[in-house]
Order: sequence, then C-alpha cells, then structure tokens
Amino acid sequence: MTASVGTTGLIFNEPLLWERGAKGRCGVSLPRQDVDHRPLDPTLTGEGPDFPDLSEVDVVRHFTRLSQWNFAVDSNMYPLGSCTMKYNPKTHERQAALPGFAGAHPLLPQKLAQGALKIMFQLERFLAEVTGLPAVSLQPAAGSQGELTGMLIFYAHHKANGRPRSKVLIPDTAHGTNPASAALCGFKAVTVASNQRGILSPRAVADLMDEETAGIMVTNPNTLGLFEDNIRQVAEVVHAKGGLVYADGANMNAIMGIVDMAEMGVDILHLNLHKTFSTPHGGGGPGSGPVCVTQDLERFLPVPRVVERPEGYRLSYDHPESIGKVHAFYGNFGIVLRAYSYILSLGPDLKRVSQLAVLNASYIKAALQDRFHLPYNRPCMHECVFTDKYQEASKVTTLDMAKRLMDYGFHPPTIYFPLVVHGAIMIEPTESESKETLDAFIAAMHAIADEAAESPQLLRSAPRNPKVSRLDETAAARKPCLCG
Amino acid sequence: MRYLPHTPEEIAEMLARIGIESLDGLFAHIPEDCRRKTALNLPAPLTEWELNAHMDALADSMAASPRHKIFMGAGSYEHFIPEIIRQLLLRAEFFTAYTPYQPEISQGTLQTIYEYQTLVTRLLGMDVANASMYDGASALAEALLMAVRISKRKTVAVSRAIHPSYRRVVQTYFAPTGVGIIELPYGADGRTDLAAIGDFGELAAVALQSPNFFGCIENLGTTAASLNADPKTLFVVAFSEPLAYGLLKNPGACGADIVCGEGQSFGIPRSFGGPGLGMFATQMQYLRNMPGRLVGQTTDQEGRRGFVLTLATREQHIRRERATSNICTNQGLCATAATMYMAALGGTGIRRLARLNHDRAEYLKHALGGAGFQAPFAAPTFNEFVVRAPEEFSRKRLALMDQGTVAGLPLGDIYPELKDHYLFCATETITKADMDTLVKEVIA
Repeated sequence: MTASVGTTGLIFNEPLLWERGAKGRCGVSLPRQDVDHRPLDPTLTGEGPDFPDLSEVDVVRHFTRLSQWNFAVDSNMYPLGSCTMKYNPKTHERQAALPGFAGAHPLLPQKLAQGALKIMFQLERFLAEVTGLPAVSLQPAAGSQGELTGMLIFYAHHKANGRPRSKVLIPDTAHGTNPASAALCGFKAVTVASNQRGILSPRAVADLMDEETAGIMVTNPNTLGLFEDNIRQVAEVVHAKGGLVYADGANMNAIMGIVDMAEMGVDILHLNLHKTFSTPHGGGGPGSGPVCVTQDLERFLPVPRVVERPEGYRLSYDHPESIGKVHAFYGNFGIVLRAYSYILSLGPDLKRVSQLAVLNASYIKAALQDRFHLPYNRPCMHECVFTDKYQEASKVTTLDMAKRLMDYGFHPPTIYFPLVVHGAIMIEPTESESKETLDAFIAAMHAIADEAAESPQLLRSAPRNPKVSRLDETAAARKPCLCG
Repeated sequence: MRYLPHTPEEIAEMLARIGIESLDGLFAHIPEDCRRKTALNLPAPLTEWELNAHMDALADSMAASPRHKIFMGAGSYEHFIPEIIRQLLLRAEFFTAYTPYQPEISQGTLQTIYEYQTLVTRLLGMDVANASMYDGASALAEALLMAVRISKRKTVAVSRAIHPSYRRVVQTYFAPTGVGIIELPYGADGRTDLAAIGDFGELAAVALQSPNFFGCIENLGTTAASLNADPKTLFVVAFSEPLAYGLLKNPGACGADIVCGEGQSFGIPRSFGGPGLGMFATQMQYLRNMPGRLVGQTTDQEGRRGFVLTLATREQHIRRERATSNICTNQGLCATAATMYMAALGGTGIRRLARLNHDRAEYLKHALGGAGFQAPFAAPTFNEFVVRAPEEFSRKRLALMDQGTVAGLPLGDIYPELKDHYLFCATETITKADMDTLVKEVIA
C-alpha cells in the first residue's frame, strides 16, 4: 500500500477529563458579583456536582487531542451508505453564528423575529418545490422524529375517518427506525418481502393490504440503492383500501429535480436535512427531519405553522386537527437555516447534485463489480450494495474488509445493512467526491480484494493505522461501564 | 458550483466506464409516471458574498443581545458561551463525522460522549445517562413512555407547573397509546400540589419539573417520600435549566427514578429554540429499558482503553419494532458542546455561576417588588420568577419593546388564571446596571 492516502502520524494520548486538572482551576471567565449574595433555603441546596476543575488551556488541549482521533468528511471520503456524508459548506457556519440567529430567543415577540420566520416560511416552500408535496412542517428534530410525525398523521387521519387502524406495512429492506416509529404509535409492523429484483411487488403488497392496515412506509430509492419501479402501482393498491403511503426520504439525494413524490403516490414524506441538504452530522446530530404532506393532510401537521400575513410572518396555533407538537419550540432552527443557505447556494443545481451523486455511485459499481459480488445487478441510484461472497473462500468477511479500508485512509461503507443482503457493503460516495478520490477508493478496494486472496490475515488483524485496534464490543455489553 | 468537483471531461470518462451516454441516461429506468414534468423552480444560485448579504439582512431583523435586552427564559436561557467552545466545536473532526459506528476511527467522539454521560450523571446524581435525546420536551415524553413500559401501568400524572410545551409534546406522543395523562395542579406557593395524588389509582409515573416553569424550586425530597406508598410508581424529574443543579440538591439525592430535561444552557446558543439537548438519566436497575444511545468503556486487542457504542440491543437498528425508542440520530454535537462547557466551568465554576444566576434574579425580583410588582408564589426560585404586574405595565412593556427590551413573558395566554402575570429571567448576562435601567423605565 505504497501510494495510499492513509498513513500514520503524531497524535497524542489523552486521559479522561477527570484524570487531569487541579482543584480551584476554572476555564471560564466568570462575570463579576455585582449584587449581594442572597440566601437560599439550605434544605434545597446541595454540594454541587463533582466536576474536574480545568484551565482554559487544559480544555483546549483535551478536546483538540480527542478530535484528532476521529475520521471526518473533511479528512477524506466517508462513503457510509444511507447517511449521505457529503461536504458541509463552511459558509453555513458563518450564517448560523450570526448573533441575530444564534442569539434569538424562541419566544420573541413575532415582530422581533421576522428574519427567522421568513427563513422557515421560505424553506418550507423550497422543500415543497423539491418534493412535489405542497405542505411542510420543519418541526421534527431528526429523521426518526419525522417518521414518528408521519405515523401520528396516519393515526390522526384514520381516527378522523372514524376508523382507527392497527397495522402498517414495512418492506424488509427498511431502516430499523421505520418499524420502531410505527410501533411507537401503537401500530403492528407487518413486514413485506422484497422480490428477486430487490424491490416491492404490487402483488406482495396487495396480499397483505387490508382495511385494518393504516398504510405503508416505503424508502425510495430503497436501501439497496434501487428505485422502487412499482411504487405507483403499490400506492394504488394501498390507496384502494383506504391506506396512506409514507415515504422515508433518507435517500432523497438521488432524485432531486428528477422524481415527483406526489406523482409517485406519496402522501407523507420526511426529509433528512443533515443528509440531502448538507448540514453537518456532528458526530451523531443534531439533524432535522421536516415532513412534507399532501393538501389533504395539511390540517394534521404539527403546530405552530408559519404563515404569511399582510403585516408579516406569524406563528399560527389555530389548527384544531393538528397532531400537536413534537418539539418544545419549532424544531432545530439552527439546522434549518443551514439547509436554507445550501438551497440558496445551489438553486436549480440541486438536480445536478442528484445527477452527480448517481454518477459517482454508478461509477463505483462499474469499477468494483468484477471483484466484489453484486447481489442485484441493476442500475443503481446514489448508492450500491456489494457482499463478501467472493471473499468467502479466503474466510475474509465484510467486517475485515471494512477495517482494512481504514488503513488505506477511507471511512468504511455501511456494513451488514440492509439485513436482506448477507454480508452487505453499502457504498454511498455522494456528489462531493471527485473522480480522482473515487479512483483512489476503487484502487484501495482492489488492493483489499487482492489482499483477501493473498494474505487474508492482514485483513483479519486490521486496522493497524488508527490509534486503537479492534475493540472488544462483547465485553463492553456484558459488563457495561457507562460512566467514570 | 464550487461544491461539485466534476469537470465535463471527467463526467464523459465516467459515463464511458459505466456504459451510458449522458447523465440523463442514469435515470432512464425510472418510470415515466414518477418523473417531474417541470424544472426545479428555485431562485438562481447566490454567490458566497450574496448569501452573506442576504443572511446579514435577515439576521439584522432579529432581536438579540447585546443590542437587545431579553429578560425572558421559559425554557431557553441566555448564558455566556466561551469562545473556546465555539472554536473547538468547529474542529471538523467533531463537526463533520457521524455516529461512531466504526470505533477505531471515532475515539474522539466516543470518549467525549463517555465524558458527557459521566458529567451528566454527576450533575443529576444518577447512575447512568444516555448520549442525548432531541430536547427537553421529547426527553420527558420518552421518560414517561419508559415508566409505562417498566410499570406496565396505563396512567401518568404530570404537573401543571411543567413547561407547557413539554406537556403538549407528551400529549402528542401519547395520543395513540391509550395511556391516560392526569394533570396535577400547582398550589398557592407555585409548587406542584400533590394532595390528591392518592385519588388517581395506580400511576406509572409522577412527573415534576424543578425549577418548574414558574422558576419555583420543587420540594423533590418530600415528593419522593410521598410516592413511597406505591413503589411501582416512578418518580420522573424534568428540568429546563440544568445550571440550577450547580447549586441545588440533585434529583438523584432526592429519590428520582428518571431525570430528563433540556441542556441548552450548557454552551449551546438559543438559535430560536433549537438545536438544544435532551438530557436523560436513570438508575442502573432501569438500564435495559432506557431509550437512546450509550457509550461504554472497553479495551482493544492490545489491552488499551477504548470506547464503543454498546447495549445496542435496546435500539431500533437491532430490535426494530421492539426497540425502547425510535431515536437514531440524536444531538451529538450539542452533547459535545455541553461536555466542553461543563469541563470549562468545572465544579468550582458551576457553583459560582449558579450562585450568581440566583443572586441576580433575586436582585431583580426585589427591585421589581419596589416598583409595584407582586410576587404571587412564595416558593424559592433560581434564575426566573413570576410577578403580577401593575395594570399599566402591559402598555409600558410594548413601549419598552420598541426600545429593544423584552420585559418578561406574559403568562395569561398559557395560564388564563395568571392574567397580568409575567415570567422574568435574569442570568449572568444581565448586569445590575441592566436591571436598574429596566426598573427605572418601568417606574417612569
């Protein structure tokens, strides 16, 4: 691996926070005590938390060193399938840090909050344009809360029709959040098997769809990176029995400007602003999971809604059929304004984003399919799914290859998901990666395929370059040590 | 477009490798009836400089300190955020990573979250804290759902002195579950009135907020003792101002089973209400019923200390419809900010800062008392409090608003019985001079 981008370098050991510092240090400039101390009932007060006392330098060194143990999009390609690890523009951080936004209290009188309300109103319109679904709420704080909002709308819709329903259909390729969100709303999750082509067949859906079933949750493109070609017919089957179609928009990055969700028969869709609209993933959030619905279902959206009135933008609570609230305020506004900045920076070029995301995945698929088993050899969308079948003879697994990829300087793809594919390797390059980066990734994957055949032990003992080697996850779960 | 690296030549080479003639050809397999018929009708792209000007103008229309003085908390608090937190958070290794699924190259995030979990348990006096929930409101909803799972009971009791938005979120989450929600009234002193608690039968949980929405510090120890009669009822303590626990006896010491709340005060800008930070902690016996991610300590093959995501069998990606929650992406970066903030303050600093918040708010309470405002609730408060205003205040408040001061939050719309009552807040960002100016203007 001579020309690999991955290498080793000087990083630092760093103890836990409470293993450093000295009593009496403080890393914060405390404001002066300009008023008298006032007594407080001593039965209500305590000792205060046992936090370590650190200086400003202690804190800066600590977190700088920890940060250097992380892989990130800004380091190199991060092809984590289904997560859309695209580049996060730096200008978004400038916008989010503007004092007028960062310092805005959510309960400001509305005439003092027109800028934020305008951003929310306009972003809703932009997302409606991109999806084809006319009514939008930005309130859900992440994708799975968007799903929950969608399921609450399923419940509210059927209840308003006088007949609550008990089941929801979910394909076997779905993200785990789908059945968990349905269950949170009291629905029984009924699994629909995908067909030999990796997608839903209208017949399989028709066999399960009945008038006890509230609807279906579909991810399109699905988690195999395949477009659900039969979605229109599936939607017709579900609608004919009075059900609703929920689309998980986690994979929207494949189809902006190309597909119309309303035409497809979708009634409710959530988006992940932290995926498609390029807001930073932050080591696991915060995200934002807006929900887009048809005109018919608009009345159920969470409150408050942002409305435009002659005197300006207003928050409106007067929606008696609304499901209520899923967030204390209006959702993750700080993420919303980054997505708004992203759309303003690209405009109609969002279509080009999707075209290039699909181009990149298709290029990887073409370049790797001789060396890695492709369970569904069909045109892929924004991601492609391989398996470890060709490496089985060498007793090398998907996990081994993923770990070895770290030594070559790449973040591994999503592995062992979707569950319907044995040993899945799910690669989503995103449009951010240039041809030369893709070529380097492809070369690394080819080298790994060679190593699997020639020196499999190298893979089984990988990774070697990161700060730690493989960690004992079984011991961590058997004897949980969750705080120090 | 500067985010899209492909040159026309590269696109041509790549298409040739794939065996397709044009970018449109990549989508040829999509059925005609699913396609968009029109081009995206979005504004033309802005340059970086045009975007700056556009956003500056929008931000300019917002009322924010230091230009404005906002004497309002109610679940979103202004605290100074040290510059180190802003800069350390922008380290791209934290900022542009995702959920640490691959622990060997995510130790920075994993150790940080382990430290977060530890500091939160120390703050709240609990055994175990998760890696974060969305916000205080959904954390409370998840806590009550967890209590329903543990107790297998069908009714929860929620104090009316809990943040009204948190209660609305609980109602929304519970609508399809068939679980009943009883509202506990607040008493004359501004604390939850538990006198009728015995009348409600078998309760899964009793939930209080402390300091509560009125800023009043609940008597958690007494409440826990009164719940002892029914050991299956879980005591859930919520909060919207975690800084209070720099000074107050922690909920764990008072007998709480689940503690949940909003962590925005810890180094996270208010950002018009989000992103914030749902903090969530419980006792070890309830660990397996807990929602959300957990980071645990382990060792690598050479015996070196390291950290991994653990106990994932509770979570949606393994357990699917039988998971303890549907949460996946949480508020990781906000938890990171809170860890940095708690570390920077330290045990000595958090106590002094909490004390200052209390003292400043007490000063304002007394100064407003001298200006004809009455304090309707006798219970001690932390950094916010309710006053009943003289009649002419509502007009003065509007005039003050035009001068850039937001003098309290009117409560009449939320609590009809509290017409003419306002919730005021003073943190360490509000100086004595600011408060003196406010009182002078109110009297004038």
